[in-house]
Amino acid sequence: MPAGAAREKLKAAGLDIFGALKDAGIAAFVAFGLFSLIIGLRTEQGITGQLILLPRPELLFVLVALVFAGRFVIALFFRSGLAHAGRTIISPDLRKKLDYVGSFMGVFLLLFALAIPFLFYSNRYLLDLSILVLTYVMLGWGLNIVVGLAGLLDLGYVAFYAVGAYSYALLAQNFGWSFWLCLPVAGILAAFWGILLGFPVLRLRGDYLAIVTLAFGEIIRLVLLNWQDFTGGPNGISGIPRPSFFGIPFTADETGFAARFGLEFDPSHRVVFLFYLILALALLTNFVTLRLRRLPVGRAWEAMREDEIACRSLGINTTNTKLTAFAIGAMFGGFAGGFFATRQGFISPESFVFMESAMIVAIVVLGGMGSQIGVAVAAVVMVGGFELFREFEQFRMLIFGLAMVAIMVWRPRGLVAHRAPSIFLRQKKEIPPEALEEVQR
Amino acid sequence: MEYFLQQLINGLTLGSIYGLIAIGYTMVYGIIGMINFAHGDIFMVGAFIALIAFLALVAIGLTAVPVALLIVLLVAMLLTALYGWTVERFAYRPLRGSFRLAPLISAIGMSIALQNYIQIAQGARVKPLQPLVTGNYPLIDSGAFHVQISNIQIIIIVVTVALMLGFSWVVSSTRLGRDMRACAQDLKMAALVGVDTDRTISLTFVIGAALASVAGVMFLLYYGVIDFFIGFVAGVKAFTAAVLGGIGSLPGAMLGGLLIGLIEVFWSAYFSVQYKDVAAFSVLVLVLIFMPTGILGRPEVEKV
Amino acid sequence: MTAPDILLDVHHLTMRFGGLVAVDDLSFQARRGQITAIIGPNGAGKTTVFNCITGFYRPTEGMIRLVHPDGAEFLLERLFDFRIAEKARVNRTFQNIRLFPGMTVLENLLIAQHNALMRASGYTLFGLFGLPVYTNAERAAVDKARHWLDRMGLLDRADDAAGGLPYGAQRRLEIARALCADPVLLCLDEPAAGLNPRESNELSGLLQEIASDDGVSILLIEHHMHVVMEISHHIVVLDYGQKIADGTPDAIRNDPRVIAAYLGVEEEEVDTVIEGAAP
Repeated sequence: MPAGAAREKLKAAGLDIFGALKDAGIAAFVAFGLFSLIIGLRTEQGITGQLILLPRPELLFVLVALVFAGRFVIALFFRSGLAHAGRTIISPDLRKKLDYVGSFMGVFLLLFALAIPFLFYSNRYLLDLSILVLTYVMLGWGLNIVVGLAGLLDLGYVAFYAVGAYSYALLAQNFGWSFWLCLPVAGILAAFWGILLGFPVLRLRGDYLAIVTLAFGEIIRLVLLNWQDFTGGPNGISGIPRPSFFGIPFTADETGFAARFGLEFDPSHRVVFLFYLILALALLTNFVTLRLRRLPVGRAWEAMREDEIACRSLGINTTNTKLTAFAIGAMFGGFAGGFFATRQGFISPESFVFMESAMIVAIVVLGGMGSQIGVAVAAVVMVGGFELFREFEQFRMLIFGLAMVAIMVWRPRGLVAHRAPSIFLRQKKEIPPEALEEVQR
Repeated sequence: MEYFLQQLINGLTLGSIYGLIAIGYTMVYGIIGMINFAHGDIFMVGAFIALIAFLALVAIGLTAVPVALLIVLLVAMLLTALYGWTVERFAYRPLRGSFRLAPLISAIGMSIALQNYIQIAQGARVKPLQPLVTGNYPLIDSGAFHVQISNIQIIIIVVTVALMLGFSWVVSSTRLGRDMRACAQDLKMAALVGVDTDRTISLTFVIGAALASVAGVMFLLYYGVIDFFIGFVAGVKAFTAAVLGGIGSLPGAMLGGLLIGLIEVFWSAYFSVQYKDVAAFSVLVLVLIFMPTGILGRPEVEKV
Repeated sequence: MTAPDILLDVHHLTMRFGGLVAVDDLSFQARRGQITAIIGPNGAGKTTVFNCITGFYRPTEGMIRLVHPDGAEFLLERLFDFRIAEKARVNRTFQNIRLFPGMTVLENLLIAQHNALMRASGYTLFGLFGLPVYTNAERAAVDKARHWLDRMGLLDRADDAAGGLPYGAQRRLEIARALCADPVLLCLDEPAAGLNPRESNELSGLLQEIASDDGVSILLIEHHMHVVMEISHHIVVLDYGQKIADGTPDAIRNDPRVIAAYLGVEEEEVDTVIEGAAP
């Protein structure tokens, strides 16, 4: 039997073509089932307003063929499964070198960030994009306290961002308070809301908590949307006072920033100021987080993430500990919201949808829960990547969703999975992700 | 009074739809303890498959409504079940035993991906469908106000009741149902005594998706218009229903669904339409705070 | 009306789960500076008693009274879980070890001193600004951790992840962690489970030292009979949630009801009882 013999021979060489063909056939069959109606037929509004169907057999065929080919290649060459391939791709040697580079990464990124306004002074688009990225870095770091350190999955973080933004806008508009007064108040109000919302729900288990926070986020958005008298409803609030340089406005006239400092008026001054402002706010978030990690409260957060029952057996008040994490995270979200309000000059409920929360959660999770540098890199990659693919609006969201799944499968602890201990006796050793991987109970 | 009765009928209809979706949440949670965040979007995919199937049947000239309805139901259940299976296989199974937030985050990613997949494939516009099932029965006619039940409401309630009975029978009396109950009790132990847990979990997702697709068909028929975003809010409400009824309990899911449907309809009728989603979300928060085991759920003893 | 050296007084403790009576009208006492063991076949309700004492379950009925050396009294059944560890200073270990696996051994021990360190850090405020009152307290906490690591033979592993330690070391770390919380009563749930004979001998010696030299009273659940018989001052025997015997190791190993209870379950365990009685 030549076919059988050939098959044995191939198997011996580590290639099971027939098995791979079979797998690929099944995959193609499943793909055909999945795509047959949804991809194969497109609904369009006809002339009379009724829906008509447009067949797309070519597209269906191409997609099914792609699945077949993809599965065939995978079955043939990566039999051990893709899921585990990623973990071993980086050799220990390379890993060491990467760590070495990584240790300078933070300093390098900081220097680069400081230099951005000089490097791209004339490029308004890039400056604006940098400000956006830094806002997300700050939000990511703020949420990192809640999700990464304390292990509380908060799917409604955008609510605190919204509270900060609306507090800032309403205070600045109705009372004419200055930027430096509005910003802390926005943060404090957000923290207050964090405590208010957190107190009743923080004893819930992980995924219940996630859903409740999601519900809170939606409730706050819906109230902002429908409470016309107070929030302006769907029209939002416009004409929010722009920030001033410690009281000196960025205007072209005599009393403006440029005239006072003997410079020629340039609208970029304000943008540069905003850039350094958000950079400072983000760095403050980072500094406070790093500091707290080395204090008892920060260690208790991480301990709670590892094992809440053990925490209680040691006399730790887990409710209070969770509340502090929730409130501090909310406070930084509120700061970022205040900054957002003053930068945009206009806010509406549309900026505070669930997708924003999902985006921030994704930044934290992809970056590596608990890792400051990982979160920063993830924010740059995701927000920057989003901008790059602006033309492919829908595809980028599809890819974004699939990437979340893929990263969870590939590296459930995120890109930077190592954990740096908060204190050491003799030698500081990075903790490998294997130790962090939760033991099945 | 008449107005009240009419709202009661409407609420029960809506509640049946939520109940069918809630079963998917409650079963998956009962067995592997995760919130299948993408389940609402599976429901949405089911509605789209049903829409396209309807249009395809009309295109080939099959216009007898009862036959068309039956075919559409079967096609939607089959293909949506395939989606359920695929999602479990690729987004959740590899994460079994991974750290505890991973499956939920993966599910959120899947939810986003499914929404945008449908948006890309079928467009972002709302999709209207001409009413297929028309006619209604007047129940009370007091001159000023008629209380009526439409044929489509009758179909929704009858199909839901039939599916509930059928599904309860599956869980209580078949091999699969026994395996599912065993897995819900103790996954590791079930595997040790020879239950094929992977297969059982897969089938749970498949059945959950099939029931959600029925809800999708009903939603399509009832409202006559769908878009790619209906899954999110319906999903959260159905999850609320599952929690309210007691997560892990099948009759609880149905009861919770009916209650959420009634709350939503009555809230819109007597208070404010704008805040109807706020009402549903608030119920979720209140139930989780004050009654986390739900109406029919068993209290959970913490394993120390 | 109890003797002055009574530390823990469990009075008519009953715990029901639905229709199941896990602990049925149990009364016993533990004395200061002693090792008191609770033994009994699997499912006898030992861990449930522990969970009641340490606040993880709220007893259906009964009273659990703890008296500190300074005379302060605590009714444990009225304290909310973490308050028992915080105020009454009862600390425990778990049958399936519960460490903070992703944190280092030293971090595990500092978390055990959380409440003291929180106070020293002015509830984070002093700590945030690095005031000496906190840095000194942290140094003292590290010294205490070092002391217990040394006693447990874990000093070399101080900077390793707790989850990466071998099984026996994890058990010892869990005990060290409970000790760092300065307990008045230390509850150990099967500390010798899964240890080899050499390790469990070392553990016996260690527990005796802790009770006699450090003055920490111990309440112990254990299946290894030779460990129990060697180190306990007092043994309480449970079967089906009820106390069937209560006394010194000598009295227990000759008690016919105890032998019968063990006979009713597994033959091997009877051998261990008798073996434990031999030397």
